[in-house]
Order: sequence, then C-alpha cells, then structure tokens
Amino acid sequence: MGAPPQEAMPVLRVMRRPRRETAMGYLFISPWIIGFIVFVAGPLIASLIISMTDYNLLSSPQFIGLQNYAHMFGDANFWLSLQVTFYYALLAVPIDLIVALVLAIMLNQNVRFMPLFRTIFYLPALLPPVAISMLWIWILNPAYGILNTFLKTIGLPQPQWFLTPQTTVPGYVIMSIWGLGTWMVIFLAGLQNVPAELYEAAVLDGSGVWAKFWHVTLPMISPVLFFNLVMGIVGAFSFFTQAFVIGQGTGTGAGVSNSGLFYALYLYQKAFSELQMGYASALGWALFLIVMLLTLLVFRSSALWVYYGGESSR
Amino acid sequence: MKARSAAGPHSVRVPVFGGARRRVYRLSIYLLLMATSFCFLIPLFWLISSAVKPSDQIFVFPQVWIPHPAEWNNFTIALTSLPFGQFALNTLTIAVLVTVGNVFSSAFVAYGFARFRFPGRNVLFIVMLATLMVPGQILLVPQFIMYYKLGWINTFAPLIVPAFFGSAFYVFLIRQFFMNIPPELKDAAYIDGAGEWTIFSRIYLPLSKSALTAVAIFSFQGAWNDFLGPLIYLNSQKLYTLQIGLTEFEGIFHSNWNYIMAASAVIMLPMIVIFFIGQRYFIQGILMSGTKG
Repeated sequence: MGAPPQEAMPVLRVMRRPRRETAMGYLFISPWIIGFIVFVAGPLIASLIISMTDYNLLSSPQFIGLQNYAHMFGDANFWLSLQVTFYYALLAVPIDLIVALVLAIMLNQNVRFMPLFRTIFYLPALLPPVAISMLWIWILNPAYGILNTFLKTIGLPQPQWFLTPQTTVPGYVIMSIWGLGTWMVIFLAGLQNVPAELYEAAVLDGSGVWAKFWHVTLPMISPVLFFNLVMGIVGAFSFFTQAFVIGQGTGTGAGVSNSGLFYALYLYQKAFSELQMGYASALGWALFLIVMLLTLLVFRSSALWVYYGGESSR
Repeated sequence: MKARSAAGPHSVRVPVFGGARRRVYRLSIYLLLMATSFCFLIPLFWLISSAVKPSDQIFVFPQVWIPHPAEWNNFTIALTSLPFGQFALNTLTIAVLVTVGNVFSSAFVAYGFARFRFPGRNVLFIVMLATLMVPGQILLVPQFIMYYKLGWINTFAPLIVPAFFGSAFYVFLIRQFFMNIPPELKDAAYIDGAGEWTIFSRIYLPLSKSALTAVAIFSFQGAWNDFLGPLIYLNSQKLYTLQIGLTEFEGIFHSNWNYIMAASAVIMLPMIVIFFIGQRYFIQGILMSGTKG
C-alpha cells in the first residue's frame, strides 16, 4: 500500500521540474565550481605554462621551452630531494601504518576507559606542527634529549639525530609516529564497520586470534589500508613544515649536507628564496607526475590485495 | 565467582576457564594501553617540565624532570619578548573567518550535490574528490603569482578568501551526512511551499549540527596550525600568525629551551582545549567520512 506513492514521487519530481532542478543544483554547487576554476584548474594550467619560462616575478617571463625540465636531470639537489623524500616515505609510511593499525585494534577492544585512551593516542595529531617540531628538536637533542637518555638506559647506541646526515630522516620518522593519530582513527572507523557476524562465524569455525585478524580483520579493512597508503605517499611529498622548522631550528638549513632536503622544501627554496618561479613550477609538475604514477601503481596493485566484496554498489 | 552463579543459566555458554582467561586478556589490554599512553604523554610532560625550568636546569645530565623551583615566570618572558598578543589576534581573525567560510560554503555546495539530480553531477563530484589527490605544492607558485598580481601579498586575503568557495573534503563530509536525511522531509516542505533556501537553512543545517561542528573544528584547527600559507604570504611582523611568530622567536632565543617550550606550550593550548570540548566531533567527523552515502 505504502510502496506505490514512494516509487511515484521521485519520478514525478524528475518529470515535473528537471530544468529547475538542474538550475538549482548548479546554483548550489557554483561556489565550488568557481573555486575549482580559480584556485585549482587555472593555477594547474598556469603552472604548466610558467614551467616553460624563466621567471623571477620582477621581470617579465621568458619562454624557454623544456629547458627547466632538462635542467632537472642535471640538478644534483633535485635527485637528492627525491632520495630524501623516498627514503622518508619508505620508512615512515609502512611503520606509521602498522603502528596505527595495531593501536586501532587495541582501541577497538571492549574494555573500560576507552574514550580516555583514544583521546591520549589522538591528541598529538592535532597539535601545531611548528610547536611539535620545536619539541622534537629538543627531545632528539643528542646530549640532553630524553630519547637518547632512554636509549642509553636500555643499552642501545645514541644517534646524533638531526645533527648527522645518516639519522636525520629516521629522526623525522620517529616524530611522525607520535602524530599518527589521524590514521589510527581512520583505521578505527574501518574496524568498527566490520560486521560482528563475521567474527562470530570465525569463532564457530574455531579460529584463533591470529586467524581472525588474518582472515577477517585484514581483508575487511583493506580498503581503508589502501586509502591510508595513497594518502601517506601524497603526504610524504607534501612534507614541509617540520622539514622547514627543524632545518631552521637546528641551524642546518635543510639538515646537515642537505640530508633533510625534502622535495617540498626544495621547491619552496627555489620558488621563494631564489625566486625561480619557472623552475619551481617544473618541480611542481614533476612532483605531480611522480605522485600520480605512484598512486596509479598502488591502484593497479590494489586489485591483488584490496577486498571490496562487502560493499554495496552505491 | 558470585557474579557468575547469579547470572544463572545464561552463563552456561561460557566455559569455566573463560572468566580467568578473560581477566588475563583484560589485564594485558590495560597494560598495553597504559604503556602506550605513557609513550604518547611523555613528550608532553617533557614539554611542560622544560617550560618551567630555571635556565640553569636545562643543560644538565641526568635531566631534571620536576624542576625545582618551577619557574612560571618563563611564560611571561617568552610571551612578552615578541608581540604574541598581536600574533594571537591575527591567527584568531584568520581562523574564525576561514571556519565561517568553510562551514557555510561547504554546506551550501554539499546541499547541491546531495539533493539535486542534474546532468554532470556525478562527474563533477568525482572531479571534486580527485582534487584531494592533487599535491598542494604544485599550486603554490601559480597561486602566489595570482595573489601577487592582485596585490594580495602581505594581506590575510590569500589565507581567507579560498575558504569561501567550498573545500572538497568538507563538502564530501557534509554531503555524506545530508544523504542520510530522509528526502521525505524535503518533499513535505515542498508541498508546504518552502523554497530551496528555506529547506536548506531551516531543515538541513539544523539537522546536521554535529557534521557542521566537526567541519568547524577541523577548519579552525587547520587554520590555527597552518604554517606554509602565512610563511609565504605575510611579510610584516604586525601580520604574523602565532606559528610564524614561534619560528621567529626560536631564531632569537636559540637553545633557550625553557622559553621555546613555554611559547610552544601556550600555542598548543587552544588546540588541546578545543579538542577536549569537541572531541566527540573530532572522532565522529573522521568516522563520518567512512559511512557510505
């Protein structure tokens, strides 16, 4: 009885005012369309054009074709910044993801005081990166910092962290673990969406904790894992504030012998310290292509390990 | 023991050793949680402890954990050495305007995506989500040149104006929320003769308070913590935000860790306060992005 009118309503609506609906729809999304053209699409195209010029903002741009891109191949600092960024991404993304997942599983247990623990684990993620960077320069101070004191207590070697090229990037990685709260909460959301029946079925099949994790939890949250992986890669290439503040704060600029020259930091230096707008734009496009390529790679491989079976089509 | 016998026949399913095993499990979970909490809190404790250290207790080994006497005056010294009041006011101005802009423009756009069917809607929605994947660095130079040509350098405009054009992630969040509002509400309002604006502002916005609050908190936090934007666009000290002010401060008080930690702690404080006030919205906001529309 109730079904026919419910079915009829949308049809009626579409038939009666399709043009009005289109107009209203575009009216409501118009701020975003304008913003997209002015702040994203326009700059993206402009960036491509600027990347083919020699432009220092003060004199008019000179068209130089692909010279900026050619120059990149011979630019040692470009390769170094790629190396630093990849080194960071290869360490930080897997470590952060694994730790975030383990913490999320801990937070998904049914025990008391959980909101308190959740708050504590998440808190560092929302603190200002500048202040956090200051704090970690001090924590990782080789002589008076607390991390080396702890390492000494348990009999491990005490690195010089930001003051020596070999341990600069690992220093950033340790810092990133402290602020992984957002990833952890995204995992937690994924864990809470896993239907309880699946676990009950697994228990009936006699699965242990490990089997449940391997055959239920991991496949069910693999889309979340995938999302975090892609965002982690993009994030590594946008890693700027900490690199800038710590480089400046330790008086090393971009780390000893540029060992902390992250890609975004190098782009910033070229654009805003040296006013090489053309070259910086070329660096921007190279970054865009690299990130797209990596994302595509992750997307392609995702067919092998991401499980979407539980999702409805809409 | 008592509890189990009181539970009666329902406890039959639980094997006798279940209680003991469950207790061991709980204990180990608590131990793990507490050990991890300790690791997360130690840096913050070190921050506060360093912030109130007299200058002669900083570079000592072994470290002083509880400074004696606690030098609360450090906060005064740190915050009066640079015009931090002005910086705070600047930051607050930017953050409030960004928040207002983000919440209203994103809700407006989200309503368009959630409640109308029109040609091109799905494509545009996917384009919008795709912009989340574009690394901000590539837009840095052309945007800077654009603002430079507009004469907006050394004003707050480049930091505030874009917030009024809907932000992809927030539009997505709010749209998810709008999709869960039963369309019958809108249809009923139509029949009563309400216009789209009325339906949007009188029905959808009030029903989405939690989503809008989450977006407000996220944008405020984003604007408060932003560093790159103010670094590029603001040159004169009277326009500095707190984050820029803090790096300036660090440059002056290099290795006076008590003052640097005091200033850092003060700049973190508003975020901590906001988090504790709105923490359920924080978590909810992230959980919301996972719900399907």
